[in-house]
Amino acid sequence: MPLTPLDLGGPAQPMLSVRGLVKHFPLKKDVFGKGGGVVRAVDGVDFEVLKGETLGVVGESGCGKSTTARLLMQLIIQDQGELIFDGQTVGGSALPLKAYRRQTQMVFQDSYASLNPRLTIEDSIAFAPMVHGVPQSEAVARARDLLGRVGLAPERFAERYPHELSGGQRQRVNIARALALQSRLIILDEAVSALDKSVEAQVLNLLLDLKEDFGLTYVFISHDLNVVRYMSDRVLVMYLGQVVEIGNSETLFNNPAHPYTQALLSSIPTLDPDRRTEKPPLAGDPPNPINPPTGCRFHPRCVHAQDICSQKMPVLAHTAHGQQVACWMHVAGSAHGLAPAHPLGSATQEVA
Amino acid sequence: MISTTPTHDCFVEVKQLHVTFTGGKKPVQAVSGVDLRVQRGEVVALIGESGSGKSVTLRSLLGLHAAKTTHITGDIRVGDQQVLQLSPRELSSFRGRVASMIFQEPLLALDPVYNLGQQITETIRRHENVSIQEAHQRALALFERVRIPSPERRLQAYPHEMSGGMRQRAMIALALACKPQLLLADEPTTALDATVQIQILLLLRELQKDLGLAVVFVTHDIGAAVEVADRIAVMYAGRIVEEGPARTLLRQPRHPYTRALLQSRADGALAKGQRLETIAGAPPDLAALPNGCAFATRCKLAQPQCELKQPDVSWLEDNHSVRCLRALEPQTV
Amino acid sequence: MHITVDPQKLPELAMQKSAGYWQTVGRRFMQQKVAVAAALVVLVLLVLAVFGPWLAPMDPYQSSILKRLKPIGFPGHLLGTDELGRDMLSRLIVGTRLSLFIGITPVICAFVIGSVIGITAGYAGGWVNTSMMRTIDVFYAFPSVLLAIALSGALGAGITNSLISLTIVFIPPIARVAESVTTQIRGRDFVDAARASGAGAFTIVRVHVLGNVLGPVFVYATSLIAVAMILASGLSFLGLGVKPPEPEWGLMLNTLRTAIYTQPWIAALPGAMIFITSIAFNLLADGLRSAMEIKQ
Repeated sequence: MPLTPLDLGGPAQPMLSVRGLVKHFPLKKDVFGKGGGVVRAVDGVDFEVLKGETLGVVGESGCGKSTTARLLMQLIIQDQGELIFDGQTVGGSALPLKAYRRQTQMVFQDSYASLNPRLTIEDSIAFAPMVHGVPQSEAVARARDLLGRVGLAPERFAERYPHELSGGQRQRVNIARALALQSRLIILDEAVSALDKSVEAQVLNLLLDLKEDFGLTYVFISHDLNVVRYMSDRVLVMYLGQVVEIGNSETLFNNPAHPYTQALLSSIPTLDPDRRTEKPPLAGDPPNPINPPTGCRFHPRCVHAQDICSQKMPVLAHTAHGQQVACWMHVAGSAHGLAPAHPLGSATQEVA
Repeated sequence: MISTTPTHDCFVEVKQLHVTFTGGKKPVQAVSGVDLRVQRGEVVALIGESGSGKSVTLRSLLGLHAAKTTHITGDIRVGDQQVLQLSPRELSSFRGRVASMIFQEPLLALDPVYNLGQQITETIRRHENVSIQEAHQRALALFERVRIPSPERRLQAYPHEMSGGMRQRAMIALALACKPQLLLADEPTTALDATVQIQILLLLRELQKDLGLAVVFVTHDIGAAVEVADRIAVMYAGRIVEEGPARTLLRQPRHPYTRALLQSRADGALAKGQRLETIAGAPPDLAALPNGCAFATRCKLAQPQCELKQPDVSWLEDNHSVRCLRALEPQTV
Repeated sequence: MHITVDPQKLPELAMQKSAGYWQTVGRRFMQQKVAVAAALVVLVLLVLAVFGPWLAPMDPYQSSILKRLKPIGFPGHLLGTDELGRDMLSRLIVGTRLSLFIGITPVICAFVIGSVIGITAGYAGGWVNTSMMRTIDVFYAFPSVLLAIALSGALGAGITNSLISLTIVFIPPIARVAESVTTQIRGRDFVDAARASGAGAFTIVRVHVLGNVLGPVFVYATSLIAVAMILASGLSFLGLGVKPPEPEWGLMLNTLRTAIYTQPWIAALPGAMIFITSIAFNLLADGLRSAMEIKQ
């Protein structure tokens, strides 16, 4: 099987289409029958990742972004929904799981836990190609080449062990490992969150360089909103297992449409000592996804909530600026008092 | 220009603090000569990356280091107590009463087998001679102060039954139980979600103002520091390299490390695809610190004399101090 | 292609060859004085086991009615004689071989079998894990002494049978440890990363799991050697293991029972050997475990 994957659908076809993903985790009941219930970690998620873009994913604890990342990697299998990679269904006959895993790779948050402490760096990187049939000498040569590309001189680092490297260096190794199969889509799950700021800056630069050099597509998950804004072309906001807003990065940060997004962005600490935040935009902690509220999941905390919000769950609709928002305030003709009376004009922009 | 703050006015005074850890193969100089002053009612933020010595400095203020494997020299005065010379009994009375601390991970700092009410009343009664009922009343008042909803019920809760933000509030309540005058905060918001973080930061600011607390706030997040601090001190390799009012430090940073740190932040203002300014090289090995400025090997403005000896403190106007030989030069970009 | 990133400088690592994992463990082990002393004792015991018959001053089987139960320091017999007049020192030395053999062999066999069971159960998870481990638990629930006696009684006396029964006794604890360590390792990100690269279960176990699991399980097994020796002695004491006149410490404890009233020091000697051996292996295991915990 040739290892250089072919681009099937051209630039207009999404790299990855996510349709109706659902993943629930049942909770155990104790002897008396108490407990039980279901953690609705991901509860109906639809979005697309376009070729060559960086899609940022933000959200707080319980929003489901980590579960979504693992679903995208098929490390856990969804209860419902499907993934379509470059036009082919993942897990279907045209694209079995092993072939999909050559095309999509992941970089995890914990740089130390992601590496086998007993293997040398180059063995860790060469493992994946060897699994797919690349002869050992070639796999090791590729590993060394990749080490050079991520800024770690192969002569110095190839035969080291993970515990001898710093956090930033290990994360570079993890990035090299993710590239070893010449994948096209890389999922970065809080990949820089555990690093010091100065090291983080270096790794972000590296990611940008590699993206250009290899023509990669990124899904960039992070809790650091500034970093997401900097890295991403489009951003997806998750809350309690659902997508509440997707849009172009600049548009979303300048004109957040969903009340949750607005609150989230206003929570970013200011860098201006003369203009400190006066009031917290949201009260309370992010809820856990065990018994989500009916209707719109954000309505208990939303200042604009009205009756319709607790009754029916909104679906994604377009706004005037071109984002997609799941909020009754933006659905024309909905029962919400602030909704526009008429649908948007014919100039419905492309969300890209 | 010399410092204009009269030294006897400040509540916390740290002079020439050196902390060396002797437990490993080679001694590690975690803190190498830190001077710090905090006034009553003032919030000072210690900013730095890992290995800068900020947490070690903070813990020294409460005498938290293991005596056997730590070698501390210098002077730490809090109020009228010399912390480094307190006996274990005096230290026990000092902690909680004069100064107390909140931590990054409340689950590790709170006792899992007692509910919050018990932990707070026990703390109060250890330091003061009050009845259980009165201690309980005070615990309730504290929970209301830190804005925990349904405080009466929450006093019966155990740490693991509370959400992250609630636990952090509970820890703040516990820290304030005996009315300390100094609050030490070790990255209290680092592990919290963004919307919760801002709530806790604002709560701390409000409490500090209401109670007139002096606060030393350690963080690696400059944004969090700006939200709470009056003054900011930047640490690198165990030394304070720059210190000044928050406004001044952010608008006119003078130390190359401070400037590099501020510039390397990912910011919405950057154009898409523009690379971040990075600081070349890696932090120094604390077991083998160089004689001169520890930042010299990574500094764009470094000159040969920088590596010879530690730069002295230069004072700029407005109580702004820098340790850099080139601090007083006119600023280049 | 452009790289705006500076390669990290690590001057002290530049020229020296990287130490492998086991070399690091070895170096850390050597830094623990107690563990090294224990290792030396074990080494001495192994030497005695191999070369015992040549090192013993006298024939351990040579009995003498006249010289029964002579005390320690008796001319010609450094440690006295036993109830049949045989030289204690020689019997203790020659007995090392059999005693160690009975102690170590079951542990080695149980290590192999228990690891296979535990790793399979740990990696597979789910109902495979449950069914295997609950079966193991049935055996684990029996106190080891009782189980050993019951099995030996069923199989009959003799060395081979006691080896088999001891092996069976030790399989459950080793399997439990192996399963628990494997489950932990399986949850680590690097195993997920290996799954994400498309590797199959056998490959992952071979490359990623084994290297990380066998170490801790081996250390645990080493601590079981002491237990094995004591159990084996117990079996011999009860007449279920080694038969006279073979020198074996447990058996010697049995036959010298009645001598406690007349020559208590002699009667205690085999017990002292068991004690020394157990402590040495336990300290060795502790030292290995400490050395293997390479913190971040």
